[in-house]
Amino acid sequence: MYVYDEIDQRLVDERVRQFRGQTERFLAGQLSEEEFRALRLRNGLYIQRYAPMLRIAIPYGLLSTRQLRKLADIARRYDRSYGHFSTRQNLQLNWPKLEQVPEILAELATVQMHAIQTSGNSFRNVTTDHFAGVARDEIVDSYVWCEIIRQWSTFHPEFSYLPRKFKIALNGGRADRAAVAVHDIGLHAVRDDRGEIGFRVLVGGGLGRTPVIGVCIREFLPWQHLLSYLEAILRVYNRYGRRDNIHKARIKILVKERGADKFRDEVEAEWAHLKDGPATLIHEEIERVAARFTRPKYEPLADIDLRTVNVPGFANWLKRNVQPHKVPGYAAVTLSLKKTGVPPGDVTSDQMDAIAGLADRYSFGELRVSHEQNLVLADVRQADLVAVWREARALGLATPNLGLLTNIISCPGGDFCALANAKSIPVAEAIQRRFDDLDYLHDIGELDLNISGCMNACGHHHVGHIGILGVDKNGEEWYQIEIGGNQGEIRPGLKAALGKVIGPSFARAEVPEVIERLIDCYLARRDSEAERFIDVVNRIGIAPFKEYVYGNADQRSARRRAEHAALA
Amino acid sequence: MATLIKGRRVVAQSTPPSPEEGEVLRLEPTDDPAAVAGRLARVARVEVHFPKFGDGRGFSIGRLLRERYGYKGELRAVGHITRDHLFFLESCGFDAFELRAGEDPHAALAAFDDFSESYQASPQRPLPLFRRRPA
Repeated sequence: MYVYDEIDQRLVDERVRQFRGQTERFLAGQLSEEEFRALRLRNGLYIQRYAPMLRIAIPYGLLSTRQLRKLADIARRYDRSYGHFSTRQNLQLNWPKLEQVPEILAELATVQMHAIQTSGNSFRNVTTDHFAGVARDEIVDSYVWCEIIRQWSTFHPEFSYLPRKFKIALNGGRADRAAVAVHDIGLHAVRDDRGEIGFRVLVGGGLGRTPVIGVCIREFLPWQHLLSYLEAILRVYNRYGRRDNIHKARIKILVKERGADKFRDEVEAEWAHLKDGPATLIHEEIERVAARFTRPKYEPLADIDLRTVNVPGFANWLKRNVQPHKVPGYAAVTLSLKKTGVPPGDVTSDQMDAIAGLADRYSFGELRVSHEQNLVLADVRQADLVAVWREARALGLATPNLGLLTNIISCPGGDFCALANAKSIPVAEAIQRRFDDLDYLHDIGELDLNISGCMNACGHHHVGHIGILGVDKNGEEWYQIEIGGNQGEIRPGLKAALGKVIGPSFARAEVPEVIERLIDCYLARRDSEAERFIDVVNRIGIAPFKEYVYGNADQRSARRRAEHAALA
Repeated sequence: MATLIKGRRVVAQSTPPSPEEGEVLRLEPTDDPAAVAGRLARVARVEVHFPKFGDGRGFSIGRLLRERYGYKGELRAVGHITRDHLFFLESCGFDAFELRAGEDPHAALAAFDDFSESYQASPQRPLPLFRRRPA
């Protein structure tokens, strides 16, 4: 954890005071709806379908147990005793009262938390790899850089009223576990041949109604220039990004309209003025920030072989939910928030308290939120894994489905969100029920399935190997299916990609069946178990899948007859 | 009638400057400060227009005028300005503020102290916090 100094704390406290005043002025009629809207959004407060929604920032997904307990406590006292971890590594409360929000923010400030810029047309939470600092393929510890960006982007005077929201993701490992190509700015840490740290800079990526894979505008940005270069990008965007149409206001549209080359030239021209200016980073600051992070005090241990542990169920969990660690004798454990029947990412207050207990006893009192909406205990002794698994299982957090079809990313959808065209949660649940056989699930192998309830794409459906999008047709909920998307280069050679729609949409009840047909097609066409669903889509294209799903009416009824015969 | 804050004080609505003081240059969000850079030494003041509460282009214009084109005179934010903008506007180099109708200028003065520090550089604090911070 980055531990605030007196100034960090003061700024958060002052923000609480400022927002308290703004809320009072709104309630007294001194601020219009439109004005207060812009102000409350940048403090995380939405007005949703049934109630306000408060989005609490979890900077780059890193959380201490003290903070998690506070979240559990706030959810209990101000909400309905649960919260929702989002794909942006934040926590959302679905039922707070508007008048109480300043009070909630004051409570958060007591544990160095806030809801600053979790919404609105400003910088959003900087996100990163949930295995930062522990992954074996680490190039840099991304947390330090994320915190530096967090501070720079907090209350930035010039960029607090951007054309639209702005998301920066930074990845510090060789594998891209932060989906950087689908962010407004994506930063890949790299080292040059002298070992100096720099960043590969992507711009203009994003999901939403116009999904785009970001383009690289600089292969190597020396770390000293990180902030001045970001400032140059943001200044071009702030001045020239479209403000006439909310759907065309993201930086991706500007980059597209200008063309990547011209956009790069403008950024470079702007940067020529800002380079080596006051925003130039210095070693002392990198060291200062790094030193303010608490670090686990690892014991000298050796790796142990747990494959021989003969406890039913443990092996599957070990294979799916435990990742290697850069320190011998340790492992990173993912607690799955994807149990069938529970909305993806939802956790009760009691579970939060219990998870805090687990993290205190087994993982140095810290945990992470992944953009796949799970929680990670990053520093567990391998010798404790069986115990952690037992406890996690008792809490319903040990579903061994990481990387598998039922580890569904889903937005809250029409059950909560005012923007949604369709519900997402019941669709996720129906699919999880259809694929509840673990052996079958493991046989299908790695597969990302993502669901969004509308084209705003909070459920990242464009980058699911299978993506499901809720659409509205004459007031009815329908679902469009995409395949072939990929969130990022988690493995070498498999680039970030956007899915392609396979054809006309389906009624909700048909969706599990359609997914099953896609899987049947995959299983029939794969070369071996090593060839994943996404690999097969990339090899044979979407046409065979389309044929398998839609076929023609004759084929469909023949298939049904065959199924009935098999059942009989 | 909009009210004016200048030098962190509420002042009477100012009259247009006399001819010898120079002209008033008004910039819209789409205007490029580079185009007027050569005239800045001769103007009485520059007004930057903020047509909407959420239109932030003028913040960049302010910084460019001050930092790149060396403008030293009065820099006035006009348009849909409430107290909620003041801290950021001042950090971008503005020193005069015409508040939108209905905004209490005396209460608004407190907004200059909304924050006692900032992570970024500004005319008030020419170095960003990280260059000034004790280790």
